[in-house]
Amino acid sequence: MIGFLARRLLATVPVLMVVAVVVFLMLRLTPGDPAAVIAGDSASVEQVAEIRAKLGLDRPLLSQFAVWSGRVLTGNLGESFFFKKTVAQLIEQRVEPTLSLSLATIVIAVLVAVPLGVVAAHRRGGWLDRVLMGFSVLGFSVPVFVIGYLLIYVFAIATDWLPVQGYVRLGDGVGRWLVHLILPSSTLAVIYIALIARMTRASVIEVLGEDYIRTARAKGLPERVVLVRHALRNAAVPIVTVIGLGIGLLIGGVVVTESVYNIPGIGRLTVDAVLARDYPVIQAVILLFSFVYVLLNLLIDVAYSFFDPRIRY
Amino acid sequence: MTAEPLDIAPRATRDLPALGQAWRNPAVAIGAVIIALLVAIALLAPLLGTVDPTSIDPALRNKPPGFTGQVLRPDGTRAAQTFWMGTDTLGRDVYSRVVYGTRVSLIVGAAVALISAVAGLFIGLVSGYVRWLDAVVMRVMDGLMAIPSILLAIALVAVWGNGLVTVIFAIVVPEIPRVVRLVRAVVLMVREEPYVEAAVSIGTRLPAILWRHVMPNTIAPMIVQATFTCASAILIEAILSFLGVGVPTDTPTWGNIMAEGRVLFRVYPHTILFPGICVSVTVLAINMLGDGLRDTLDPRLGKRL
Repeated sequence: MIGFLARRLLATVPVLMVVAVVVFLMLRLTPGDPAAVIAGDSASVEQVAEIRAKLGLDRPLLSQFAVWSGRVLTGNLGESFFFKKTVAQLIEQRVEPTLSLSLATIVIAVLVAVPLGVVAAHRRGGWLDRVLMGFSVLGFSVPVFVIGYLLIYVFAIATDWLPVQGYVRLGDGVGRWLVHLILPSSTLAVIYIALIARMTRASVIEVLGEDYIRTARAKGLPERVVLVRHALRNAAVPIVTVIGLGIGLLIGGVVVTESVYNIPGIGRLTVDAVLARDYPVIQAVILLFSFVYVLLNLLIDVAYSFFDPRIRY
Repeated sequence: MTAEPLDIAPRATRDLPALGQAWRNPAVAIGAVIIALLVAIALLAPLLGTVDPTSIDPALRNKPPGFTGQVLRPDGTRAAQTFWMGTDTLGRDVYSRVVYGTRVSLIVGAAVALISAVAGLFIGLVSGYVRWLDAVVMRVMDGLMAIPSILLAIALVAVWGNGLVTVIFAIVVPEIPRVVRLVRAVVLMVREEPYVEAAVSIGTRLPAILWRHVMPNTIAPMIVQATFTCASAILIEAILSFLGVGVPTDTPTWGNIMAEGRVLFRVYPHTILFPGICVSVTVLAINMLGDGLRDTLDPRLGKRL
């Protein structure tokens, strides 16, 4: 187990290295002079030179990378050009909304998608299965923000049941926090539900063909127990895997959803940074999101033996 | 006598009669018909009762769908015009903008699918066959895949600047690793086949082995992958435009029409509704086509998801 963990951790190092190099080169390979781009059209020659020196752009590429990655490793992500704060401070302020939105989305998605997938697999080829599979293709096809505006229109503007936009911090009241999260997390959950429901269905269908399912039925277990205790448990590993892979989709969705619902999270910060060409923030956010994505998938790999005790490392 | 009759490679055409069967799948037929319609709309945009999609008229701002007003024709006369999808905050005809927006979405979808397929095919073939290169290339691909694709595309546009070409390449970059992995998986499977060994033993050069004996095996899965890439590219383009980092607004795209409709969405939802339906229907049609093609061309993949 420890050996496996060490090996998997080591395997993430080259991946994160490549991410770091991509993020680093992104700015350096800008057509033209990156310092001039950052400084803007109205900047004087001195200002451009100052920015160039500040970013270390006047040094050779390799030494720039050494300095930059050294800083990143010690947690120094630099200073935002636009907001007069360090990038770490900016991100810290915006973690809570993004974390709330993501967790709420995952909870909704799993609670809706897994039962739907199991029922669809059980009634394979039936009307519910067809409707569900049809909706899952639709879920992959409608852009996140269109779902968002549709939900806002129906549940906030036409009916006035839920708040249109905005975010309330957890510290300002759990009830209001929750109410403000319902629409954004439902919006973001749609594509995730489509993904998880499909995988649950496929995975359960495969397990339902196994001998032990026939045995379980033959000994007279109620179908509910067969489906949940025997089929779903054995189908868990691919479902958990797809939940992990879907995090990438979720992160992209967070960026869009936070913009639609005006949520001051990291996704919104990303868009603001891109519009303001605030490169240190863009670099930090990509590093952070990629790191989280790789780490979560590592955790899921490690958790396989929890979902399926037959898997031993 | 030449060695020609000894051609033992599986021909691409031998796999592709399945394309004819695919038509019997209703999802493929419906998807293909919708896509054909959209291509027709994009090509015939000027003939579909549209007005100049960029012409601004302060007198016609924010009109509801079905409103009839006077528009200024290029020859200076005024004529009655019904705005079936209303007008936007600058008085431009939403219907005309949506019709012309079809062009950008289809161009982006097709270009991204094509470029990522060609680039991915090349990298995947070489890396799957040349062992020492494989490790390096795959680490780079793993790294690229660790960056969420929308995020990478947004960042690339931020660096390269807005514009149709940069948007296309910004979407291509995160898609390439997926194609590479697919092609590489096929190559690793095929390189042990007797006909490849036979080709090696009679002294066929590496490029010829890759092109004539290995590449044809990738065609079927690549067609399936390309349809899904196309669908995802159209979605990402809409998202980029919507966030304000896509194609500049002087070229109407479904995404930037919706981006401009955001401000007054509560009062005038039509500027988001109509382009939203268009994106969804287009992507749905392509996804249906892809699902159907996967079921006929590559049944193994169908079982997995």
